[in-house]
Amino acid sequence: MYKILKKTQFSENVFEFRVHAPRMAKKAHAGQFLMVRINETGERVPFTFANWNPEEGWIEFIFMVIGKTTECLSKLEEGDEIQDITGPLGKPTEIEGDSVAVIGGGVGLAIAYPVARMLCEQGKKVYVIMGARTKDLLILFEQFAALPLEELFVTTDDGSMGEKGVVTLPLARLCETDSIDSAFAVGPVPMMKFSARTCREHKIPIVASLNPIMVDGTGMCGCCRVEVGGETMFACVDGPDFNADLVDWDDLAHRQASYRAEEAVSKKQYEEDCACQK
Amino acid sequence: MPEVKYRPNIGAPRTPANEEPAEERARDFRPVDTGYTKADAIAEANRCLDCKKPLCMEGCPVGVHIPQFIEKIREEDWAGALSTIKADNLLPSVCGRVCPQENQCEGKCILGKKGDPVAIGQLERMLGDMADEVGEAPECKPANGHKVAIVGSGPSGIACAGELAREGFDVTVFEAFFTGGGVLTYGIPEFRLPKAIVKREIEGLEQLGVHFEYNSVAGRLFDAEELFEEGFDALYLAVGAGLPRFLHVKGENLPGVYCANEYLTRTNLMKAYEFPVYDTPIRHGKNVVVFGGGNVAMDAARTALRLGAEKVTLAYRRTEAEMPARRAEIHHAKEEGVEILELCNPLRFLPGPDGFVSTIELQRMELGEPDASGRRRPIPVEGSEFAIPCDVAITAIGTRANPFAKLCADVELNRWGLIETDEEGRTSNPKVWAGGDIVTGAATVILAMGAGKTAAASIKKTILGE
Repeated sequence: MYKILKKTQFSENVFEFRVHAPRMAKKAHAGQFLMVRINETGERVPFTFANWNPEEGWIEFIFMVIGKTTECLSKLEEGDEIQDITGPLGKPTEIEGDSVAVIGGGVGLAIAYPVARMLCEQGKKVYVIMGARTKDLLILFEQFAALPLEELFVTTDDGSMGEKGVVTLPLARLCETDSIDSAFAVGPVPMMKFSARTCREHKIPIVASLNPIMVDGTGMCGCCRVEVGGETMFACVDGPDFNADLVDWDDLAHRQASYRAEEAVSKKQYEEDCACQK
Repeated sequence: MPEVKYRPNIGAPRTPANEEPAEERARDFRPVDTGYTKADAIAEANRCLDCKKPLCMEGCPVGVHIPQFIEKIREEDWAGALSTIKADNLLPSVCGRVCPQENQCEGKCILGKKGDPVAIGQLERMLGDMADEVGEAPECKPANGHKVAIVGSGPSGIACAGELAREGFDVTVFEAFFTGGGVLTYGIPEFRLPKAIVKREIEGLEQLGVHFEYNSVAGRLFDAEELFEEGFDALYLAVGAGLPRFLHVKGENLPGVYCANEYLTRTNLMKAYEFPVYDTPIRHGKNVVVFGGGNVAMDAARTALRLGAEKVTLAYRRTEAEMPARRAEIHHAKEEGVEILELCNPLRFLPGPDGFVSTIELQRMELGEPDASGRRRPIPVEGSEFAIPCDVAITAIGTRANPFAKLCADVELNRWGLIETDEEGRTSNPKVWAGGDIVTGAATVILAMGAGKTAAASIKKTILGE
């Protein structure tokens, strides 16, 4: 069992848990992930490490409430326990170049943050582009703002914060002004796909952290397979980071949608069960 | 008292298995075979010729003293029979169910030359299942103060753990999943190997003093050097086979196309057949097509039936005769309604309007000259393309090496990424042993267990200097 030491709410649907996991805290690296199973009947869901502290023996992850599992998670409080957490899994993020754009969209900002922090610690020039549909969904702004960044850009689809539009607007400007050697992107598939396209136009290498559906997370089941440069790769052991220019984005988007119907059934059932208990 | 000489019941037919009717059992996950009764077991034990030179034992990869335990069954000494098996094999309930006896003990039984061999597997599983009834309490040697780490709680890992614990070693098994058993839990379906049995076997090891650390991913959470620093004297790597192979044909990543590992893991480990009580979903196909001819393909096909498929087709590029699956598994699958489509190979998967797989294009094959495996090589027949409808496709065409082996310890690998060992399971690293599928490539439960047992003996010899 893994005890929740601290719960932070970033917005209506975005939460962060700090969990006691001393062994994992010693081994976590930026870009790696963990898998959670809330209870005996739970599914296994991957979340990227947002932060970790080997001295104090905890790890943190951020999640957005989307389906039943994240809804259940959001109801847990400090002192409660999560049945199983497995990790660290996947390869740590490695970014080449001295000047890097880190692009995070939506809940992907939770993954972008530790990567940006790591790159700052490595002494690189770091530009961060934060994107969200609207201001309320733009998480971790203060944390990003506290990093020693070259520049921090914010875009929202509705213009409620920062620049109105999408992350590729500031990304294109960074490319055009020769400000960056490379880029890292994490977020919804269209965001990563168009970031990769923008970088390709300017011949800037870009790495994306992919988030396909997973079951085992250790390369055994093949559920998380993605097509990269015409090869079948497993996000859990070969990734989750890949050369974004080579990723088959449509394939990833289709696979992510494999269980939309079942996810809806599960959520509805859960809501009915919750209503019964009230 | 003068000893009464045993006279076998020559000519008696093999006691039939107690199998549930195929049409009933194929719709749920209850056990297919409910096992022998005591009367069945005694009748079957009386068929044994009690050969002076028992060939059956030669066929057993772990050297179970088969005539001896059968003799104890005849004497109705159930506890004695069980402890005779357990001296050589700690997991009789598992092996009795999943060993390919027809190629091993039963395949060598002299009775099989003219009729049916003694049902050794049935007797073994029946005794294993009696463990609670006979109150069998395994004995361990006093603690010797040496610690051994085992990575992987599949058949090889737990066989090694049990042997070492009995020899007085302090054993810890590290498992990446939240529960133990490895392929016994995630791979082999409930209807062939009930999970309660796997759980009981693991509990038996815990009673021997074996520690199990779950959610512990070797190579990521710790590595060999750290284990040695923590005081472990030796490490046994039993991480199992790894990444599944794919067909590499167009449309293989369409939703609805599974690899068998995923299909079976969702069902067996995550209990997707009880969705939405359990959270993990699985797609229930009406028209399911499975590619492959091994035991995993049979398990996937039979699972699809139990998930409500109207039609399950097993497509294989050779013929039924060349299928590597156990004959009994092929028989069970066909009996339950799985249709076998021989001599065809998939060309591509096509999506329907909902984006899920809806059609498979196949090509007819014919058999040519034998290949390296000794089986006749399938050759495509030009112009023989045809299509069949399909809303779930499952590929079961084998696995590649597990990448966690090299993350965990600095050991020499061969060109397939499998660990190189000597016949005792020693790797190039003097404190590290390895066995099971990570050494042999995908093989059987009993071979993996045999490797675990061999490595345990070698570890004992090395550490204790005996």
